[in-house]
Amino acid sequence: MRRLNTEKLKKEWMGNGLKAEVMAGIVVALALIPEAIAFSIIAGVDPQVGLYAAFCIAVVIAFVGGRPGMISGATGAMALLMITLVADYGLEYLLAATILAGILQILFGVFKLASIMKFVPRSVMIGFVNALAILIFLSQLDHFEGAGWEMYAFTAMALFIIYLFPKVSKSVPSTLVAIVAVTAVVVFMGSNVGTVGDMGALPDTLPVFLIPSIPLTFETLQIIFPYALALAVVGLLESLLTASIVDDMTDSDSNKNKESRGQGYANVTTGFFGGMAGCAMIGQSVINVKSGAAGRLSSLVAGVFLLFLILVLGDLVVQIPLAALAGVMIMVSISTFDWNSLFTIHKIPKSDASVMIVTVGTVVITHDLSIGVLAGVLLSAIFFAAKISKMKVKSKVEEETKRLYQVEGQLFFASVTDFIDSFDYNEAVNRVEIDMSGSHLWDDSAVDALQRVKDKFEQKGIVVEVTGLNEESSRLIERTSEALKASGH
Amino acid sequence: MYKRIMLAVDGSDHSQRAAQHAVYLTKTTENSQIDCVYIVDPETAKSEVLKYGDSDILTNKRREKITNVEEFLQEQGASYEVKIVHGEPGPGLVKTANEGGYDCVVVGSRGLNNLQSMVLGSVSHKVAKRVECPVMIIK
Repeated sequence: MRRLNTEKLKKEWMGNGLKAEVMAGIVVALALIPEAIAFSIIAGVDPQVGLYAAFCIAVVIAFVGGRPGMISGATGAMALLMITLVADYGLEYLLAATILAGILQILFGVFKLASIMKFVPRSVMIGFVNALAILIFLSQLDHFEGAGWEMYAFTAMALFIIYLFPKVSKSVPSTLVAIVAVTAVVVFMGSNVGTVGDMGALPDTLPVFLIPSIPLTFETLQIIFPYALALAVVGLLESLLTASIVDDMTDSDSNKNKESRGQGYANVTTGFFGGMAGCAMIGQSVINVKSGAAGRLSSLVAGVFLLFLILVLGDLVVQIPLAALAGVMIMVSISTFDWNSLFTIHKIPKSDASVMIVTVGTVVITHDLSIGVLAGVLLSAIFFAAKISKMKVKSKVEEETKRLYQVEGQLFFASVTDFIDSFDYNEAVNRVEIDMSGSHLWDDSAVDALQRVKDKFEQKGIVVEVTGLNEESSRLIERTSEALKASGH
Repeated sequence: MYKRIMLAVDGSDHSQRAAQHAVYLTKTTENSQIDCVYIVDPETAKSEVLKYGDSDILTNKRREKITNVEEFLQEQGASYEVKIVHGEPGPGLVKTANEGGYDCVVVGSRGLNNLQSMVLGSVSHKVAKRVECPVMIIK
């Protein structure tokens, strides 16, 4: 038994072998640095907040995550949710919200709620990533407002290198090459463009444990709770989606509830160590798996190596021009967008397409991914109800004085009106049979509607016989009539 | 001679024609077997997980894409297996081919992704260069 466990542990940590894990971890660390800095700038906090987050989350997830080989850190989706909290209340409230979001995610995992994610339709998920891509892109436009030609030129140069360098070599992340090259040119030309140093402090020590200095009052909770809830939901949505993608890419399964708890532990930890909330990163996880990793070690190496680099190279990092980061973010935005959904939008059902568009539209207008997801889920629920509320009632004369109605479809609150209107109550017949074998009664309104139909026929002196009710529907009728009797009607 | 044949499939007409030649090869040797290898690259994997979510549906949808080849192989009474491999098309096929100990690899000269092959060089070229066993490229 013990031997079995160590073997399982070894497989979980080492994935495709020590060398592959370490190399992939280093590649990911290099690719993470510009993103963590850029996401901090989006959130409106010092670059060190994002870098500490990337370090803490990657390291904690390595130990407690549910999906070996997946990379988590500071992300755009989370950064976009915290902009107003940081602007209105400051960093300490963000750290508190991060911890609370983590606690919510732990609860989510403990109560095994990962399966409720299946209620988020695919078209909402596609809308979610597309909206995220658009928001990341829009967030970069601020840097260009009133900027000189140099900003445009350096961003273009960064993008050029990012997309063309992989043809020369794939062993070094092209984003890093772009950052180094653009920084070198800017320093060499002595160009006066905005740099990372202008955006705030960088880490010069290891992160330290601190309790956020906020008043522990109900008012504070009122401020941070909505943010924490949005962070928790969006973080889990993106993390579980990423986990499924890594599952598919590595042909293996993963424990989604464990991943939810792991994301929670990671966010609680990062909050106490001065980092912003984060979640799993699709792009970085793909880089990691492509680089050959499938185990936990890669995530640990990525986190540790990232912090090591920042501590050693901090003086160089402050000189990175914002134009280079904007280039990286534009690339992130382009690769986040699900282009396939755009090219095939005319082929998918109209209701799915409109759910996707409404999700994207809501996010772009509100700048809040969680509201977009909610709008998308609600709209698809309405579409679904509308779709299954279609009733079909066929009728034929059986004997001279008897008519048979055959009901097909789901009978519930949305379909009862159609149902009641489907019968001809004024026909000169003696008897009516309603065959319900192709139908199902779902709620009180359904039971009520069936009774109303009977009553209406009986008022005209027509005898009604209901046949073919399935077991569940009959039980529902029984229960409802008992409830009515009990309440004294 | 050609007992184990690897056939690269992607649902395109080219891979369908490659299948014809693979079947022809099986007729030269008794009890030969074709492995149809279908590559899912990371970008496609991301898009498909988004679209279908469930892994069973995913596998079905991927099999659907290559039904043209499967139907053809069944008609011809060839004994075959389908393998779905994750990775970049070129390196993925090369790795599968070299690790699988095949006697021959059959690929179409051009698959679905014309644009990509223009930019990155064609998959069949990579396969021809790096696969250790004989490679048959169907034009």
